[in-house]
Amino acid sequence: MAVQGPMLWLSVHPCRGLVDEKIKVLVQHAAPVQRLTVHTLFRSEDGDDWEAFGHYVSDSAGAVDVSEDVCLGGTYSGHEPMGLLWSLRPVPGSRPSLRFRKKDTGTPMLVTISLHQGFLSDSFTERLPLASRVVERWYMAPGVRRVELTEGGVTGTLFLPPGPGQFPAVLDLPGGGRSLPEARAVLLASHGFVTLALNYLNPRRTAGGEYHVGNDYFQTAFSVLQTHPQVIRERIAIVGLSFGASMALGLSVYSPTIKPSCLVSISGSHVQPAGGSLGDIFAEFKKNEKNTRYDEEKRVIWHDLLLPIPSNPSKKVDVGQLCCPLLLIVGEDDQNWPAEESASDMKEMMEMSGNGHLLTVLSYPDTGHLIEPPYSPHCRSSNFINAESREKYPPR
Amino acid sequence: MARTIAMLSVHPSRGLVDEKFRVEVENLPPACPVTLHCLHRSEDQDHWEAFGHYCSDHSGTVKVSEDESFGGTYSGREHMGLLWSMRPVPGSRRGLRLRKTRVDFPMTLLISVYRGHLTAGFRELPPVASVVAERWYMAPGVKRIAVEERGVTGTFFIPPGPGPFPGVLDMWGGGGGLVEYRSALLASHGFASMALKYIDPGDTPTDMAMGYFETAFQIIQDHPQVTSDRVGILGLSFGTSVALTLAAYSQISRPRCCVGISGSHAYPINRPVAELFGEMGMNEKKMKRDEEDNVIMRNLILPIATDPAKKVDVGRIECPLLLVNGDDDQNWATTESAEDIANMMSVAGNKHLLTTLTYPKAGHLIEPPFTPHIRASNFIVQHSKEKVIMLWGGEPKAHAVAQEDSWKRILNFLKEHLCIEPTLAPQAKL
Repeated sequence: MAVQGPMLWLSVHPCRGLVDEKIKVLVQHAAPVQRLTVHTLFRSEDGDDWEAFGHYVSDSAGAVDVSEDVCLGGTYSGHEPMGLLWSLRPVPGSRPSLRFRKKDTGTPMLVTISLHQGFLSDSFTERLPLASRVVERWYMAPGVRRVELTEGGVTGTLFLPPGPGQFPAVLDLPGGGRSLPEARAVLLASHGFVTLALNYLNPRRTAGGEYHVGNDYFQTAFSVLQTHPQVIRERIAIVGLSFGASMALGLSVYSPTIKPSCLVSISGSHVQPAGGSLGDIFAEFKKNEKNTRYDEEKRVIWHDLLLPIPSNPSKKVDVGQLCCPLLLIVGEDDQNWPAEESASDMKEMMEMSGNGHLLTVLSYPDTGHLIEPPYSPHCRSSNFINAESREKYPPR
Repeated sequence: MARTIAMLSVHPSRGLVDEKFRVEVENLPPACPVTLHCLHRSEDQDHWEAFGHYCSDHSGTVKVSEDESFGGTYSGREHMGLLWSMRPVPGSRRGLRLRKTRVDFPMTLLISVYRGHLTAGFRELPPVASVVAERWYMAPGVKRIAVEERGVTGTFFIPPGPGPFPGVLDMWGGGGGLVEYRSALLASHGFASMALKYIDPGDTPTDMAMGYFETAFQIIQDHPQVTSDRVGILGLSFGTSVALTLAAYSQISRPRCCVGISGSHAYPINRPVAELFGEMGMNEKKMKRDEEDNVIMRNLILPIATDPAKKVDVGRIECPLLLVNGDDDQNWATTESAEDIANMMSVAGNKHLLTTLTYPKAGHLIEPPFTPHIRASNFIVQHSKEKVIMLWGGEPKAHAVAQEDSWKRILNFLKEHLCIEPTLAPQAKL
């Protein structure tokens, strides 16, 4: 078969990278001013296919540079160097309300990036692409070790960077949900922190049969990190998402033994019985269940369950007593928790108390609740199992 | 009291073997002497190491890509010195050569930073910090296919995607066996490349001749994912003789371009390979030994024959030809051969097809970049099965330069002639 002229060249760099690193997708030697679609495909561990695509027009030399050029449409548009990853969504016909999550963080995500002729919006797998490449996206850097931890009644997963240490550490408190999301924890270890992803919503039951762990559970977890031979005991931070963030705030203020070097609260709230426990937070939610709303597709909105922000000090964490730097990360379109309202109130409390200099708030417009490591697909809604009631949302 | 924690990083932590990485240390005390050390355990369980002596700057930072090494296994500003200057640790077996057999697994490197300027005792002392880097020959999605077809043995590496792709017939030298890593790397760059086995160190086929190589070339052309008129040949050492023979004489195999590394036009494949090796063996008196008893084979083909039957008639070649040589090659007289090739092509009128790259003080084994320079290594002499240590030549730094530069040029040459403008011939460059 004789082929004339230069051969089309698709390159993706790097072909192996951490999930928080950018990729560069380049097309060379296409026809000049040619309509092209760049398509990404990822098959999850559950067998679901996720895809993203962008429409581009090659320049006069037949080149497309996804990092530089403007995407004219698809699952994203505009100048979006990483749109091919963050706009991944379940392919049409998939099970409803899927959430993107990597369970085995020791193996990479395999993403196939293909180039198609013309502006396509569907049926990608039925057509032969012009070219494809495969990239690996890793959560775990080489040398990071994963250890399943059970110590002093505490369970979770410990991630250790390579090397002798000692290292700064992070106690990672993920949000509500059935499985244990380790993605953030392993990524933090890939950046040099000993990280403990704590399992606090589904612990092993004690002989007493108590369902929710008490504050001593978190204190033990913190102490496990402090006493680990590879951890610098005075350099432990707490990072929490959602429920985890709420716990982090309460514990940092009221626990006599938990003194983090700094706190990161993602999509969290300080509204909870002051000095209370995880069980108290759940009880508070339950009390306000009548405030649950539903959108036009019957999806659950829990945003109002903690509203209005109380003025009664016993109903919220006294963040004016915080002694360490606090980073609040808030999505202004959070429909699950009143993160934005909580952040405003916390700011006011801290300024009145004189420790406002410790606070940094990052507030993102049109952003939701699940603020995950970068370039993960956005989930506007997903299946959820209430940790306490085991009730599935949305109801079947 | 605030305590600063030294932070060591390597970026990227996973890369292809021909990509550079940045090794940096931060949060050291200012003007702090440190040693950056790289350790690798080979598939044969030997340990290789490299190290450089540095001093942190006023901000407590060391950047290997920018700073000067004051000593170690390399010195000066050497971005990739921690890789190319690796050598077997003291006490290792003699004559080692670092070669990757399992290309679907990476080379794993342990990179550490130690206090002070050390030259030994790395195992016994705790480092300040360590990180791990992976170096891969194979990009994700590259398919590895064993070939056992029409009497030919090899391994085909096909890039990801539907294709079709340009093809490469990839041959190593007289050491024999099936060496896959260069083909895996070529496929990672978009070429469907077949690594060919034509000598088995234990058992030389007696009748393998040009037909075997033509069949191998045909197999590549016949592959549904290869563009049959965009196939080139890459050979090293004896593999160059094969490449030149096919390019000059074959009526069946018409390579689009040829690359000959550390080779010669001597020993055209106009007789069975075994016979050619036998003939080499008969010239044993031309082989010399150095003061360490390493075998020097370069005089075997000297003086360059004037009898045309004893060398490939390169005047017949019709495709672009790139020769890559080290001028300290102690195994083959490649620079003399290159000169003779240029003369022959000049007389024949096809010299415009020739590009010759000659690297000062580089040796015979010009491999993909950032792999250690091997000055001499264990070798089984084909005809006698004698185990010797063969002297390849070259000096580490100069050889590293040759490997890095030549690989870029080889990839560009293959891309230019197999992917871009197959009908144009390059201007001759010397």
